This record gives sequence, C-alpha cells and structure tokens, in this order.
Amino acid sequence: MDDLQRTIRDYVVKEYLEEGDDREVGESTPLITGGIVDSFSMVSLKRFLEKRYGIQIPDAEATPAAFDTVSGIAALVQKFRK
Amino acid sequence: MGTRTGGVATYEERAAHFDWSLAERELGIVPGGPLNIGWHCSDRICAQGRAAETALVWEDFEGRERRFSYDDLRVLSNASAAFFRSLGIQPGERVCLFLDRVPELYVAFLGILKMGAIVQPLFSAFGEDSLWTRLADAGTSAILTQRKHVRKVRRIREKLPHLAHILVVDDGGGAAQPGEVGFSLDALPRLQHLDLHPTTADSPSVLHYTSGTTGQPKGALHVHGSLVAQYLTSKWVLDLRPGDVYWCNADPGWVTGTSYGIIGPWACGVTQLVLDSGFNAERWYRFLEKHRATVWYSAPTAIRLLMREGPDLIRRFDLRALRHLASVGEPLNPEAVQWSREMLGMPFHDTYWQTETGCIVITNFPGMPVKPGSMGRPFPGIAAAVLDPETHEPCSAPGRVGLIALRPGWPSMMRAYWNNPAAYEKKFTNGWFVCGDRASIDQEGYFWFVGRDDDVINTGGHLVGPFEIESALLEIPAVAESAAVGKPDPINLEVVKVFVVLKPGFTADADLELEIMNHLRRRLSPLAMPQAMEIVDALPKTRSGKIVRRVLRAREWGEPLGDVSTLMDE
Repeated sequence: MDDLQRTIRDYVVKEYLEEGDDREVGESTPLITGGIVDSFSMVSLKRFLEKRYGIQIPDAEATPAAFDTVSGIAALVQKFRK
Repeated sequence: MGTRTGGVATYEERAAHFDWSLAERELGIVPGGPLNIGWHCSDRICAQGRAAETALVWEDFEGRERRFSYDDLRVLSNASAAFFRSLGIQPGERVCLFLDRVPELYVAFLGILKMGAIVQPLFSAFGEDSLWTRLADAGTSAILTQRKHVRKVRRIREKLPHLAHILVVDDGGGAAQPGEVGFSLDALPRLQHLDLHPTTADSPSVLHYTSGTTGQPKGALHVHGSLVAQYLTSKWVLDLRPGDVYWCNADPGWVTGTSYGIIGPWACGVTQLVLDSGFNAERWYRFLEKHRATVWYSAPTAIRLLMREGPDLIRRFDLRALRHLASVGEPLNPEAVQWSREMLGMPFHDTYWQTETGCIVITNFPGMPVKPGSMGRPFPGIAAAVLDPETHEPCSAPGRVGLIALRPGWPSMMRAYWNNPAAYEKKFTNGWFVCGDRASIDQEGYFWFVGRDDDVINTGGHLVGPFEIESALLEIPAVAESAAVGKPDPINLEVVKVFVVLKPGFTADADLELEIMNHLRRRLSPLAMPQAMEIVDALPKTRSGKIVRRVLRAREWGEPLGDVSTLMDE
C-alpha cells in the first residue's frame, strides 16, 4: 500500500467505521458493496479527496464502482492529479 | 382499455366487482377471527403442502449464499418467538430490528409478530441521534442488531430507560457486554409448534418511522389486517404467482422493504431474493441472472444508476427470466421507462404509496397501458382524488393540480402516529386522508405526480425531515442557524442542500464544509448528509421569525417564489 492508498484507507477507517470496529480495510476491500461506505456517503469522501489533493473529480467519474476499493479510489485521484 | 397479460385480468375487470373480502377469502381470514402476519407468511404456505419450497435465497456481497424453505421459516420464526418470550418480552412491546439485510432480520420479523409484539424496523445506517429519537419515542424494549452497529446502541443506552434487551446476531457465541445476549439462527432449535399470540386484524404489527416537515419523525403504526392489502397488491400489481422468483431491492428499514420485501410476497408464497450488498451495477445484473429472477421491484434512483452504467454492461447478462418490473419511492421519469423497454423488453410500472398507506394505492396495473411519467390509476378498492388545496373538495377538471387524497378505510391504512394523536388527526380533512403530495389527473383517470406539499426532502426515494437536520446542525459551534431543502439531482431526484448562517468570528472554508457533512452523516444518516451547502448572511423569514424554506427550495428548482409579502426584508 503506497502513501496515497494509506491516506485514503486511514480516512475511511476514521470516518466510516465505528470506533472499535475491528474490520480490516485493505486496498481491495469492497467499500461500497461491503457496506462500509454507501453511495450517499461517497460524496463526503469525494469532497475530502478534492480538498486534500486540490483536484476536481467529475460526478460522472465518481461512480459506486470507481469508489469500491481503496486502490480504485487512489487510481481515480492519480488520474486527476496529473 | 387494458389487456390481459398472463393470469392477470384487466384493470377494468378487477375494479368492476372489487371487494377486499375476496382477499380475505383467499387468505382464509374470517372477519373478527385470528389473523397473524407471521403465521400467514410461513405456516399457512406450509399447510398448503408447500413446506419444502424455497422462501428465501440470501446472498451477501462476497457471494455467500443461504437458502431457507417455508418450513425453515416456520420453525425458525416459531423458535424466535419462543426465545423473545423467554427473555420476558411482552405482547405489544416494541422490538426494533436494527440490522443489515441478514437472514436473522427476516426470521425475527415473523417471530416478533407471532408472539404479539410490534416490529420496529430501522435503517441500519442511522446514526445515534436518529436511532435515539425513534427508540425513545417508541419506548422500545428490545433491539436486535449486529456487532458493527451495536456501539451506536451502547452509546445511547443510558438515555433509553425502556430498553431492556440488546440482542446481537453475530456475537460469535459470547455477548460482548453485560446485558447483551446473542441471537443466532444456527443456535435456534427447530420449534415445530408455537402457541401464537391471539392477534386479530386490529392488533398492532409494525411501527415504521417517517419524517415530516416539523418536529421529530412520526411512528406510523400498522396492524395485522394490513396483510389483506399487502397480499392482494402483491398479487395484482406485482403480479406475483407461485413459482416466481422475486427481488425487492428496498431495505427493510423502510416500509417498502417490509410490505413488499417480506409480508406481501411471502403471503403469496413466492421465492424472495435478498442481496445484502451495497450498490454495484454489475453485481446486481449478475444476481438477477444467477437466480433467474422473474419479478423485480426497484426504485427510480437505482434504475438511473443502472442507466448511467450504459447499455454494454446490461447486454452481457441474460435477464430473459424477468417478466414484470415495478418501481416505487419517487416519480419514475419517462426516460427510465423507455430504457427498460429497450434493455429489458418491458416497462417499469410505477407504483405510488407511502409509509402511512401501508400498501400500493395508485399504480400502473399489469396489462394497463403505461403512460411514461404517470403514477397510474387507483388500485381497485382505493378511492383516490386530488383535492382543491383551499376547499379540500375533489378537483373535477382534468390537469388541475391538487392534493392527493384517499378515502379512509383500506385495510393497511396506518392506525395511529405513535404518541402523536394530534398529528394523526391532521392527516384527515373533509373525510379524506391527505397524503402530502400534489398531483393532477388526466381525462383517462391517470395520476401525474407534481411534488411534495411540504418541506420534506425525497432523496433517493427516502424522506428526510429538514427539522432533524437543522437541529443536528446546531450542535456545530460555528453554526448560528440553518435551513435544509431539497435540491434537484439527476440520480436521486433531490439531495439535501443546507443554507447556513455562521456565528460571528467563524469563516467558511472546505474544512468546515466537510465537518458539517460528516457530522450529519454520523449523527443522523448518510441520507441526511448535505450534498451541497451555501453560507449565507441571513435566511428568509416571516415577520414572526419563522424560516421560510419554500423560498430557498423554489430558488433551487427555478420555480416561482410564491407570495413573499409576509417575509421580513432581507
């Protein structure tokens, strides 16, 4: 897991898991389908990424499928950081 | 004139000789006699010689699958009821299901009803404020939950003096804290016989909370007699027949997920599919294909999300087993109807109803010509009209917009708002039950939805009350006051937008915006989280100081502002 993935993972764990929830979140853990982040909450995660990395992720790209794993989200961030 | 499709008579034929008693006869219900939803959804199907047929196919996000026959449902719900009794839970007490779509939810739902208690389903994504509001109002005595949600319950338990039992369905064999007990289907005995609580049509059954414009959410109380309407609408509107494989993708925390995700379909004896997974288009299509689903009850937001994925994805799957599609929760846009015609070879049939009605009341009946964008026509046995907002008399002119209203008396009409008789009385005027929505009727009797008649926000088919959001926002130190309204959204119909006035010394920035979003998501629910925010110097108010949300909403929707003469000068 690289720095970008770790930052996303840590934010997901801090914001979307209840304190004490011991579920492991890895780079390929299903976030949306696994019920950790839902399609509504995805918007605050997107906002966090945009703020943190100074990017704009178009709504059309911010799909539940694209946000389903830490690695998928990291790839999306990388795409718009360039 | 409609056409016959399969075994379904035309709308006109159904309506011509309608009487709810025909459903009672089919269900073997004698007026004034015993009636228990839990029994009718399990024991009754077994008594028809169908005990071995599959009642539930459950699958989770990792593809793990469990199957339950009608006999499994019968003996496990018997055992659940006996277990709840052994804890001391009494008939009439409220038992909350605060669960994801796990098998325990479906079995416990029937078990609670069999022992005469009231089921209180709650959306498992609710935060602790939303949870506390609803448990405190209902005086709930027991809650079934999961390890991943139990911490929310623990944090508010001290403020809930009535809450005597916390049951954890996946406690791993040992409850984590004193006062909590495990509840596992695998550990339950197969109890062949249970002395049912002697419920009748008027006995309370399910308590669903719904949001309004003012005050906290209200608990709509239903009765066991609702089964009659839920059964017949499942049979006639969803066209459910023995042998069907049916998927209702609504969450059982909301009324669609219980009326048509538990009660109606099981009363019809069909196989229900449950997918305990967040949204993923490919996953959904694969699920429909794998189980050869024949009838699918979905929602416009989900359909629009599927449409966004494009035609190539859906064409990879064989969905030819599907023979009927229906939709609920918000108006179904014509594009979605057209899309399903092209992609699935049939239209989604829009249905209209709400928590308080308990069953579908206005609908596109199978075989009836679908007018894309229309809600359809009243279900036989439902007298519906649009009322003049001033006189509360039915509007006779086609196309005239008024308030959707129903003549009281259908079997699944709510019987009370819990602890709130005044709010219940306000739902009735001039002999009509007023739904709170606006519509018009065309010359052929089709209803056309226009919008809400209040400030409630319908996001993704779920109603969110602005009062709860504005109350929770006051917990943020920077917020002086706020107003929450619906903002148009291409996927969810509308999303929450908040207008915030900051206290002196605070400034707006991205950190504050994120703090507000996350605060509301955690304390209330993801549905209540604003997807847009605007910091303003002042909010529109009446001269008496009341915030006028309708002006803000009208601006968002590009609609006329209406009468602003009573507003304070900004």
